[in-house]
Amino acid sequence: MGEVKLFRTWSSPFALRVVWALKLKGVEYETIYEDLANKSSSLLEYNPVHKKVPVLLHNGIPICESLVILEYIDETWNEGVRFLPKDPLARATARFWAKFNDEQVFPSFFRYFMRQGEDQEKAKEKVLENLKFVEEHLKGKKFFDGEVFGFLDLVFGWLVCYPGVINKAINLKLLDEQMFPNLCTWMEQFGDVPVIKETWPDEEALIHKFHKMREGLGIYIYTKLRYEAS
Amino acid sequence: MAKKGEIKLLGTPASHFVNRVQIGLNLKCIDYEFISENLGCKSDLLLKSNPVHQRVPVLLHANEPPLIESLLIIEYIDEIFPDVHPILPRAPSVRAHNRTWAYFIDTQFFPLFEDLRQSPDKKGEEEAKIQIREAAKLLERVFVECSDGKAYFGGDNIGYLDIALGCFLGWITFSETLNNYKVFDETISPRLVEWAKKMRSHEAVKNALPSHDALLKHYSMIQYIKPPRTA
Repeated sequence: MGEVKLFRTWSSPFALRVVWALKLKGVEYETIYEDLANKSSSLLEYNPVHKKVPVLLHNGIPICESLVILEYIDETWNEGVRFLPKDPLARATARFWAKFNDEQVFPSFFRYFMRQGEDQEKAKEKVLENLKFVEEHLKGKKFFDGEVFGFLDLVFGWLVCYPGVINKAINLKLLDEQMFPNLCTWMEQFGDVPVIKETWPDEEALIHKFHKMREGLGIYIYTKLRYEAS
Repeated sequence: MAKKGEIKLLGTPASHFVNRVQIGLNLKCIDYEFISENLGCKSDLLLKSNPVHQRVPVLLHANEPPLIESLLIIEYIDEIFPDVHPILPRAPSVRAHNRTWAYFIDTQFFPLFEDLRQSPDKKGEEEAKIQIREAAKLLERVFVECSDGKAYFGGDNIGYLDIALGCFLGWITFSETLNNYKVFDETISPRLVEWAKKMRSHEAVKNALPSHDALLKHYSMIQYIKPPRTA
């Protein structure tokens, strides 16, 4: 089905969802790791407007924005496992929750992680409020899409790893079983899927990175977010 | 085809996201009931239909759960009524390209107009206008690439990107008049100038774009709720 390359960073949860999608579809691809402080000329050529990763290059055609890439992968390699549901209403609903994750849940979590003191407490209220919606959406379901995991599980999959690693790094707990029983159960089940289990970034490296981010050292440009300076 | 009364759209006439859905429904020749919301006093129906964001548009189709987010609603109606005026392109790579640029329009282009509105002084206004024109230049390139010499982003007929951007034409005219500038002009975006004329005269679009009075009323409300920043 042609040559596939993935431009990504080693730690980005947005890149990971694309990795999962490619592996689940059995697509062979080449990974090109980007240093966001020193972007390659290829990345700037393939995503000249936003200069962001991940970018999927398929037969020389660049596809940008991870949610767009997920749908592209699902539509292009359309035999075998499908991520998005067939029913148009279920698809629209899945897309909505994906957007909610990318525009609300994840950014609110990032703010919670990067703030301190009273600001952090306010940020925590917001991320908990967002997660309660997600918790409710998971009610009565094994995975977001029902009995079998799919698109939304790939989208929310970052929850399985990143909050836990951040807690280890800076003792910042977010998800507890009493408040989020559905999410915690889902995290265990989705986290057990072999492709998911085998592809997390190195935990020590992530912990080191999160420490650096909190200390304000190093250069880290998180290109997905318009992070407001505190 | 949807039976009369089967589709309801909760919205406000001046919201370009609502207008977006209206254009899509018009193109698909779908009869719908428009339920006007007062955003200062949201109805129980809206709050129940969209508890997460509590905003319009919301599409109610028969007894199905409510649909929210304008671009997602467009994809939905395109999937359930595929035989009338297809909106999204067929090829996955072109669909992906369309979705990416619609995302750009929503997250990078539209907010520039809010930056202009909120500018605290003349200098801020001029900077905002420069940003808008730079974005227009970029959209001109996208148009040239997508249209392939034809009248619309979608080619011969209005497509996804035409709807994504075209819903804002009412506000563009309003902003141009209020701030004495041009968003699309002959020097930097001649193809978009022509495109905008065609869109404004298309039946499906002109019946969806709000009147000047509706825009002025909405603008006045926004100025009151979120006044411009102070210098």
